[in-house]
Amino acid sequence: MSEYRVNEHGYYGSFGGSFIPEMLYPNVEELRERYLAILESEDFQKQYHQLLRDYVGRPTPLYLAERLSERLGASIYLKREDLCHTGAHKVNNTVGQILLAKALGKQKIIAETGAGQHGVATATVCALMGLECIVYMGQVDMERQKPNVERMKLLGAEVRPAMSGSRTLKDATNEAMRHWINNPADTHYIIGSVVGPHPYPDMVARLQAIISKEMRAQLKEKTGTENPDYVVACVGGGSNAAGAFYHYLDEPSVKLIAVEAAGKGVDSGESAATTFLGKPGVLHGSKTLLMQTEDGQVTEPYSISAGLDYPGIGPLHAHLFDSKRAGFLAVTDAQAMDAGIRLSKLEGIIPAIESAHALAALEQMELKKSDVVIVNLSGRGDKDLETYIKWGGY
Amino acid sequence: MTQDSRLKLNRIDQFFQQRNEPVLNIYFTAGFPQPDSTRTILSGLQKAGADLIEIGIPFSDPVADGPTIQQSNKKALENGMTLRLLMEQLKGFREEVQVPVVLMGYLNPIVQYGIEQFCQDCEAVGIDGLILPDLPMYEYQIFYKEFFQKHGLHNIFLISPQTSEARIREIDANSQGFIYMVSSASVTGAKQGISQEQLGYFERIQQMKLKNPKLIGFGISDRESFQQASRYAEGAIIGSAFIKLLEKLEQPEQDIKNFVESIKQPATQSAK
Repeated sequence: MSEYRVNEHGYYGSFGGSFIPEMLYPNVEELRERYLAILESEDFQKQYHQLLRDYVGRPTPLYLAERLSERLGASIYLKREDLCHTGAHKVNNTVGQILLAKALGKQKIIAETGAGQHGVATATVCALMGLECIVYMGQVDMERQKPNVERMKLLGAEVRPAMSGSRTLKDATNEAMRHWINNPADTHYIIGSVVGPHPYPDMVARLQAIISKEMRAQLKEKTGTENPDYVVACVGGGSNAAGAFYHYLDEPSVKLIAVEAAGKGVDSGESAATTFLGKPGVLHGSKTLLMQTEDGQVTEPYSISAGLDYPGIGPLHAHLFDSKRAGFLAVTDAQAMDAGIRLSKLEGIIPAIESAHALAALEQMELKKSDVVIVNLSGRGDKDLETYIKWGGY
Repeated sequence: MTQDSRLKLNRIDQFFQQRNEPVLNIYFTAGFPQPDSTRTILSGLQKAGADLIEIGIPFSDPVADGPTIQQSNKKALENGMTLRLLMEQLKGFREEVQVPVVLMGYLNPIVQYGIEQFCQDCEAVGIDGLILPDLPMYEYQIFYKEFFQKHGLHNIFLISPQTSEARIREIDANSQGFIYMVSSASVTGAKQGISQEQLGYFERIQQMKLKNPKLIGFGISDRESFQQASRYAEGAIIGSAFIKLLEKLEQPEQDIKNFVESIKQPATQSAK
């Protein structure tokens, strides 16, 4: 048993667990009892992989970025999750969870979303399966991400503004959990990241693990070895990183680099770099690293990238940090924007600002000519065009 | 002190042994509406005749609470309320208030305070029990029970209409003080009045003849719903309706007295 897999009580080392009100216990317990059997069933596997291939467009390419490699003095491969249907890796999870919801006999779907990517990916699979979909989104985020709000509506979802607290992702998650408390019987909650009570972190990681499964096969085909020297991914809640790291967790020769958003600087007071600023705490159903006050009130994170704007990280990542299995780097808004613009010019790929954080981290790493690096390019930058325009400098 | 508390009967148990009327438990959020309201409300509630008092520890992300209690949490935090400040405010409250008092709160502020220190301070100020909705039974038994028991604090579990019979039995076996019966699938303050479906659930639980007393909460807001709930359980808990009163409090002592009386007094002046 790997020390990086969840244990039977839902823990990764000292992080994880299932800290939920009793009202949600039956739902979460049903998931806990059934998710592995469903995910491993022949029926599920067949439908999941068929949809990933025919609907999502997998496998996504592993692309050797030659001009970027030349600049950095190492071999840089990009895992092109940006080419997934809906524009990011998020859909790998929602395709899996919608099949799971059907297997559980649920008719309604709820989700939370920050930038709107997970909301769009959820609305998409609900349209595909003909299930009712309600997405909670902070009112502030709805204003910042109008095109995604309209995409969700166009796909037939109802978008409900979260009006409580700071009206961003954390509050949208609170509202989704409250909705689930109020509607436990017929509703499945599709959490978008490797956060929440057990079994969500493990379930979402398993559904995103396709990323590293493909990486291994593709790298072997290209270089003769499955294992790169580094895998680099950005971390908000951490679902794309969990997927990119998953099949490398027990390969100690592969260094795992998780990149957090430093916002205006780790110590600026406007940051989302949880491992630098957080302490162990309990939020949204799990014990993990959390940005908070001395009194235990959860603080509002900041990043230019709405997808990294979350005050915690998944319990798996807290454990990878604690056990030093993964290295954690922090990248500022400015560094990420520079890296995003650079990739656009060098490779003709406009990355999501989340993914640009992973690219910016390469500049901080001491790479050797012989190093093989895979960067998980988790999403494309179409949704961020307005932010790029405002930032300028290109 | 610890040894005394083990020998001493917990105020909650003492109370339920003696009671013969329906029990009214009132919830309020510490630090709301004013940062220093805690003691005024506590003594006001005791004078008005509340049987049990539940003090909420404000938290930034109260997921089991509806808009009314969320707002009171937000306001309390803006008022500068903290768990440390609450413990300070509670020092000496037992000179004025004799009814059982429990703290309700989400786990994170308590984890940051330090669980052992928290339990020790609760005992020192005279708290009798804890309601921590996001502390599940498994975690309680492995990590928390030892400290709660050492400091004479009852842990009060919730059950809901979705809780299975087997789990209710397990919760009953592990509970002390009373069981908090959530009246419907909802967050606090979401529903008004009691439906037929809920009465069916109340009856089902009543027939289970649990060893612990039960108080019904969520959606109890007035005399009618209080009395209805009290036919199936030892009493009921009012939260959001009392917070709404506190929002527009003018003469604290009198307003609280009128509120409690409006719920407890027999329906002699009813218009119906």
